[in-house]
Amino acid sequence: MAKTHLDRGTGGLTQKSKRYSIFSLARNAASYHQNWQQAWRHAEPKPAYDAVIIGGGGHGLATAYYLASVHGITNIALIEKGWLGGGNTGRNTTIIRSNYMWDESAGIYEHALKLWEGLSQDLNFNVMFSQRGVLTIIHSEHELKEMSRRVHAIRLNGIDSEILSPTEIKKMVPTINIDPNIRYPVMGGFIQKRGGTARHDAVAWGYARAADDLGVDIIQNCEVTGLRRTGKQITGIETTKGFIKTQKVGCVVAGHSSVLADMANIRLPIASRPLQALVSEPIKPILDTVIMSNAVHMYLSQSDKGEMVLGAGVDKYNSYAQSGSWPIPEHMIAAAVELFPFLSRLRMLRHWGGIVDTCPDASPIISKTDINGLYFNCGWGTGGFKSTPGSGHVFADLIANDRPNSIALPYSLKRFETGYLIDEHGAAGVAH
Amino acid sequence: MLKIECPFCGNRNETEFSCGGEAHIARPLAENKITDLAFSEYLFMRDNPKGVFLERWCHTSGCRRWFNMARDTVSHEIIEIYAMGQKPKTAIGKKAFLSNWRRKSKAETASTPIKRTAK
Ligand SMILES: Cc1cc2nc3c(=O)[nH]c(=O)nc-3n(C[C@H](O)[C@H](O)[C@H](O)COP(=O)(O)OP(=O)(O)OC[C@H]3O[C@@H](n4cnc5c(N)ncnc54)[C@H](O)[C@@H]3O)c2cc1C
Ligand SMILES: [Zn+2]
Repeated sequence: MAKTHLDRGTGGLTQKSKRYSIFSLARNAASYHQNWQQAWRHAEPKPAYDAVIIGGGGHGLATAYYLASVHGITNIALIEKGWLGGGNTGRNTTIIRSNYMWDESAGIYEHALKLWEGLSQDLNFNVMFSQRGVLTIIHSEHELKEMSRRVHAIRLNGIDSEILSPTEIKKMVPTINIDPNIRYPVMGGFIQKRGGTARHDAVAWGYARAADDLGVDIIQNCEVTGLRRTGKQITGIETTKGFIKTQKVGCVVAGHSSVLADMANIRLPIASRPLQALVSEPIKPILDTVIMSNAVHMYLSQSDKGEMVLGAGVDKYNSYAQSGSWPIPEHMIAAAVELFPFLSRLRMLRHWGGIVDTCPDASPIISKTDINGLYFNCGWGTGGFKSTPGSGHVFADLIANDRPNSIALPYSLKRFETGYLIDEHGAAGVAH
Repeated sequence: MLKIECPFCGNRNETEFSCGGEAHIARPLAENKITDLAFSEYLFMRDNPKGVFLERWCHTSGCRRWFNMARDTVSHEIIEIYAMGQKPKTAIGKKAFLSNWRRKSKAETASTPIKRTAK
């Protein structure tokens, strides 16, 4: 497993008066919450910056924050075409875990999990990180064997992972159906107790507020339309708010990575596909962990508001329409109802899709490119929310020092040339 | 749900089909003469446009035969369906074919087309 560099930086919100606390809550309650300060400024682009981050999702915002807090690079802009967190960050089912099989994956995802464990304090923003455990259930003899191999590999990397029998699962999750005669019988499972969920919007807002505090200009409603370069050096970006001069550009645009890469004539192995999720009407607390099933492409948790959150497997064909195709949720709901019969009585409240950037080996790309000063962070596909702090942390390091650290190194674009893939498909099935 | 006109069976629901990804990727026949980088363009790098995309489909739960499709990845409109081994015929399809970066890639230019002789 790669060595972890847990430099948490200086932290944002240096001025005491601006910090959120029980006292500021009481003070603001006394004035009917009319006087809360703005969480971040509405910046307009300056003509030039030391670095520009494209994409205001969690990963882009985390990159900007760590560039400022760990590396002291504060003359930076973050450019978002819509609103902060309006991409996959605000559309995902927020499952966080680090129980991946390969050493390289353990390196990045465990790095992220360690950062999650102190994130609310670092940012002075409650990201509602809840270590309620992530329980993966197993439905076949073959999967059972594969599971014990995986659990042991995970433990060898020092990451917590426990095997559970069907009766132990039933005890933990009383609503689950463990009848051996159902379509997808529960034959066992494994849990990472340090895994869980977080509030997705809060992650985007927390990073934005802390980055802004350190001087980062956050520019929304501004689309990047071109990447300008001179020879092999990036020199700036074209946007709907004009040209911005810079020598360093980090692209963190998830589903739109190929569109940005085309602007620079760079090839990526990415396919953009919809990933769908839905929530039910809110009900009383009934599930206090996260359930995943790789075999039936279903996962389930309960939000703090009481909604049952359900996610599906990725759609079958490329698309940039943030909706998705109907047969996918239909299949997912059928499997969920078989495992949790009570779900059949619930009404659906909302259903949506996000465009995820899938990579052939189901692992991300954190890389320099052939163009000096142009960096890509993408390919997180269906499972990048969990890595948000780790991804931003190592990407900031890559941009600041123009060389990958030991965690980021395996995720270079070069791996498609050398064949050193990090094939998490077989290991993880659905990679959420 | 897409309604797809299988050239062999007619109009069917998308659930009967599987998508095989980017069409017209030719294997470099002179693979030992090109670099690993050029070969990786054939093996891994993919066209992923926001707009017209040329892709292969298979009628898996029907006749099990393959065909090509030009489809818009934003509106999901199916622009044309054409046979394997053929190129698109509509103006939009032709433009998508010619403007693909792959047409100029080393991997593609190193793939000499197979000459078919009529029986
Ligand atoms: C339904 C669903 C469920 C998921 N469930 C999970 C899960 O349970 N656990 C997990 O770990 N992961 C999950 N994921 C994956 C996860 O959401 C993503 O991997 C992660 O959020 C990606 O973050 P990001 O910041 O890279 O991308 P995004 O949040 O998508 O941000 C990219 C931003 O770039 C902007 N952008 C694009 N083009 C331009 C341009 N030209 N100019 C300026 N800005 C631009 C976009 O507007 C967008 O805001 C799920 C995804 C979906 C869709
Ligand atoms: Zn057919």
